[in-house]
Amino acid sequence: MKRGKGMKFVGDSRISAEKTSYYPKDYSEYPGRTEAFWPNFLLKEWLAGSVFLVGFLTLTLAHPSPLEGMADPTNASYIPLPDWYFLFLYELLKYEFASGDFILIGILGIPGLAFGALLLAPFLDNGPGRKPRQRPIAVSMMLLALASVVWLTYESASAVDWESRAEANKPIPESDVTIDVDHPGYAVYEASCMSCHGGELEGSAAAPSLIGIEYSAEEIADIAVNGLGAMPAGLFTGSDEELQQLAEFIVSVNESAE
Amino acid sequence: MLQKIYDWIDERVDVTPIWRDIADHEVPEHVNPAHHFSAFVYCFGGLTFFVVVIQILSGMFLTMYYVPDIENAWKSVYYLQTEVAHGQIVRGMHHWGASVVIVMLLLHTLRVFFQGAYKKPRELNWMVGVLLFFVMLGLGFTGYLLPWDNKAYFATQVGLEIAQQVPFIGDELKVLLAGDENIVGAQTLTRFFAIHVFFLPAILFALLAVHFILIRRQGISGPL
Repeated sequence: MKRGKGMKFVGDSRISAEKTSYYPKDYSEYPGRTEAFWPNFLLKEWLAGSVFLVGFLTLTLAHPSPLEGMADPTNASYIPLPDWYFLFLYELLKYEFASGDFILIGILGIPGLAFGALLLAPFLDNGPGRKPRQRPIAVSMMLLALASVVWLTYESASAVDWESRAEANKPIPESDVTIDVDHPGYAVYEASCMSCHGGELEGSAAAPSLIGIEYSAEEIADIAVNGLGAMPAGLFTGSDEELQQLAEFIVSVNESAE
Repeated sequence: MLQKIYDWIDERVDVTPIWRDIADHEVPEHVNPAHHFSAFVYCFGGLTFFVVVIQILSGMFLTMYYVPDIENAWKSVYYLQTEVAHGQIVRGMHHWGASVVIVMLLLHTLRVFFQGAYKKPRELNWMVGVLLFFVMLGLGFTGYLLPWDNKAYFATQVGLEIAQQVPFIGDELKVLLAGDENIVGAQTLTRFFAIHVFFLPAILFALLAVHFILIRRQGISGPL
């Protein structure tokens, strides 16, 4: 008894107290070699998913996700770029017919038309045939849109020098260093080193940071006099006592930064 | 013992029909890559969902460290990236997953489009799918700001300027997103965080549920 009087329920619920055993559906009405979803096909999906996951994790391990320096709203020279899947929209706005006085065509007209048509595709392409050859207009419009997106993305991405961009915007952790300006070595540092190594030893385009270096005071004194790598010898001009103070100052800043 | 627990629950809740509805259906030959290798194109939808699950899980773990305020957002991401054990991998999964999910979505959309699988009676499910695509793009746009590095900041500024140029509602739209008429700052970050973590995922889950219920209800489209 499926409904009506005489049905018994569990408590005051609407769940039938009479257990009817559940028979799996008869698949004979479907043509071809069908397969049960559970558990046969799910196991295969699981395998496909595992292979996909291995590939995905390999990508993740091989390419650590990028992080640029902390946002600096006063940076006027930064050239903004969206994530790659928005590049085609970004590139579109560079065309004359989609910018300036015609900006609405660029931000609403063309994308609205394209995505609106995508949303309403079943109603625009409402013939009975499903094969691509039976609906040449829909298929050719999609191919055209696809080619435009690929072309715009390529145009946008190929104009960017990604490596130098990443190099120029490396993240620099904010230093916790405290510069003791009363240290006798500070004045020496100011006179001989600051113009290249910066006011907080943070380095510059001309010279590396002096924080996090693993040299002893003697080695630092030696480098100050004799140079190292791109740093020429003879930049330090002072007495031996000042040299000693300078080396101690740099070591003390390094210790405070740890 | 397990059977007894199951029976005890089943007597009260009658779960068997529910779970039979989900699991007990047959997979036709034409979508089974074991029979026709070209049927691997039917995997794209499932793989999209798989990446979405990766995004949800990795995102949940990211929020354990991420701090949505302009002083600490970048620092917390930097800390996660450099100091936390496996932090780089979890953030990497979320970062690359955001790109991979767009790729898989595109492939899935193209598969459905070129097979004409959106035709009657599946028009509604196609539209739900396109809305899912839009939600995913929204998640990409809002998530891009959260690390609060230079590329995030300036890209969002451009995005908001574009939103402002929409006729009639442009200014309101920008204030709604940025929290201020002129400043892209603290308010913008918290709003984008809320949209990225609460608003859009809520819409995403609802649309995904509809998407899946409709698939189970209508079945997969037949062979071409």
